[in-house]
Amino acid sequence: MSNRNTGLAVETDGLVRSFGATRALDGLDLRVPAGTVYGVLGPNGAGKTTAVRVLATLLRPDGGQARVFGHDVVAEADQVRARVSLTGQYASLDEDLTGSENLVLLGRLLGLRKPAARERAEALLAAFGLTEAAGRQVKKYSGGMRRRIDIAASILNTPDLLFLDEPTTGLDPRSRNQVWEIIRAVVAHGTTVLLTTQYLDEADQLAGRIAVVDHGRVIAEGTPGELKSSVGSGTIHLRLRDAGRRPDAEKVLRAALGVPVQLEPDPVAMTARVGEDGTDLEASEQAARALGELARAGIVVDDFSLGQPSLDEVFLALTDHPAGAADERDDELEAAR
Amino acid sequence: MSDTATTTTGRAPSVYVPSAEALATVLAPGSRPARPGPLSASLSFGWRALLKIKHVPEQLFDVTAFPIIMVLMFTYLFGGALADSPRDYLQFFLPGIMVTSVVMITMYTGVGLNNDIEKGVFDRIRTLPVWRPAALVGMIFGDLLRYILAALVILGVGLVLGFRPSGGVLGVLGGIGLLVVFSFAFSWVWTFFGLVLRSEKSVMGVSMMVLFPLTFLSNVFVEPATMPGWLQAFVKVNPITHLVSAVRGATAGTFDATNVMWLLLWSAGFVLVFGTLTMYRYNRR
Repeated sequence: MSNRNTGLAVETDGLVRSFGATRALDGLDLRVPAGTVYGVLGPNGAGKTTAVRVLATLLRPDGGQARVFGHDVVAEADQVRARVSLTGQYASLDEDLTGSENLVLLGRLLGLRKPAARERAEALLAAFGLTEAAGRQVKKYSGGMRRRIDIAASILNTPDLLFLDEPTTGLDPRSRNQVWEIIRAVVAHGTTVLLTTQYLDEADQLAGRIAVVDHGRVIAEGTPGELKSSVGSGTIHLRLRDAGRRPDAEKVLRAALGVPVQLEPDPVAMTARVGEDGTDLEASEQAARALGELARAGIVVDDFSLGQPSLDEVFLALTDHPAGAADERDDELEAAR
Repeated sequence: MSDTATTTTGRAPSVYVPSAEALATVLAPGSRPARPGPLSASLSFGWRALLKIKHVPEQLFDVTAFPIIMVLMFTYLFGGALADSPRDYLQFFLPGIMVTSVVMITMYTGVGLNNDIEKGVFDRIRTLPVWRPAALVGMIFGDLLRYILAALVILGVGLVLGFRPSGGVLGVLGGIGLLVVFSFAFSWVWTFFGLVLRSEKSVMGVSMMVLFPLTFLSNVFVEPATMPGWLQAFVKVNPITHLVSAVRGATAGTFDATNVMWLLLWSAGFVLVFGTLTMYRYNRR
């Protein structure tokens, strides 16, 4: 375990993988430093899942190179498998078996003797709040529980690198927060986490660095701060009482914030991008100033919110097309299976 | 959730709050155990198959009810016409229908594998650092149990209906043994199709297309002597014919060396060819 915490956990050079005529990976270059959470951000069909499957030795690349802790994923697949774990988008446990049986089985397959495997399963179930559900078949678990037992199964052998493929897609906010807490604990104990997500705020919350992927290629890379400074760290959405005052409001906001203001199709709605320097504090200050100036000008605001830019806004800023444009390749996942 | 009242926090016990301390205890990197050997890994996968039977006992329907129906149906359908009585026919027919039923259920190996791929389990299994064929070998180990069960069920029904094997217990066990060896080897055909074909349905379809002619165009139901020459030629090289002859010999207390040899050669061939093809596909998906 010489380089569990140092050096590069993942290194890919010009990785290519096609499914029929579709190039799911089209020259993907990634450098994932060990000991961190690394976010791979992109819309459906961007190639995130394909990238993870190649790195986890489930798919062979058509071209380029991929190394995990210095081991080639094709030539040294066994060494790679010994050090990584994958939690896919779909439950990767046997749904007919109970939670406890699944974990004991995996423990046995990883070389633990039966009593040790049982002990490990019990400890994991307890730590993940699943003791009560230990004897229940996995198919009877709720979405959040399923995701938790999946992650528990993935850290059974304390991997050096954990792949989480869209770990919070489809989860309710509470389950999502639980998964975030677990990810933080995992990385705090020295496991590198490679996380794919469609949500900028998720990557922002967890990742030390983010690669934005589109059409099988990295289109931007950096810390969340760096990325946000290129997009702006937030967006103000507001709705006025009186549609007639919108031109005035637009003028006020432009003067107060010095940022572009966008008029929405809804005649009372408008948005403004704030936090151009990439700090969340600046975004909050600008939001406060905007609301103050509008009140001073006597313009009634019915609805006001400050949010992080959506993936769509990130894509608009980084490319010249919205994220949805990649949707024709939604079938990539299907083909990858 | 009956103990809600005993929790002082007032929170229902089902609400999980990740605790850093609890997670720390399971995240501490321990020493990694040595990877399990091929047999141990295969047996673990076999254990999984047993657990599945325990949780979904309905899946035993096809190894119990289906064979019983086959025996009853054909014994009374053909018995009077092909022999003097159903009871006489049974002496000839039982080893054959035993082979047919067990060989037919080998296809569920492919269906089960295809099902695993459809769900996500297969991904996790394939990222484990274990002997590569272990998952498939273990799956077939579990299936062997089903084959033995089906054979015993058929034997039981046969004995009730009047089957009296002159080979005795030893001969019958020998016959079942030969059948299980062949079925293990033949299962590798279905692991290959289970990996190559897209859906459970198509695996079933292909299996039926192969299994029906293979089992019916043999010496299971009648002696080939009355068949046209071209059909006799096929029946003669059909591995099922060798298998049925060998099992018939064993249950009758005679050791049919020629057919046993053919049967073992066919078995070795299936493992070699389809085992290799299967592993090639398994590694290259």
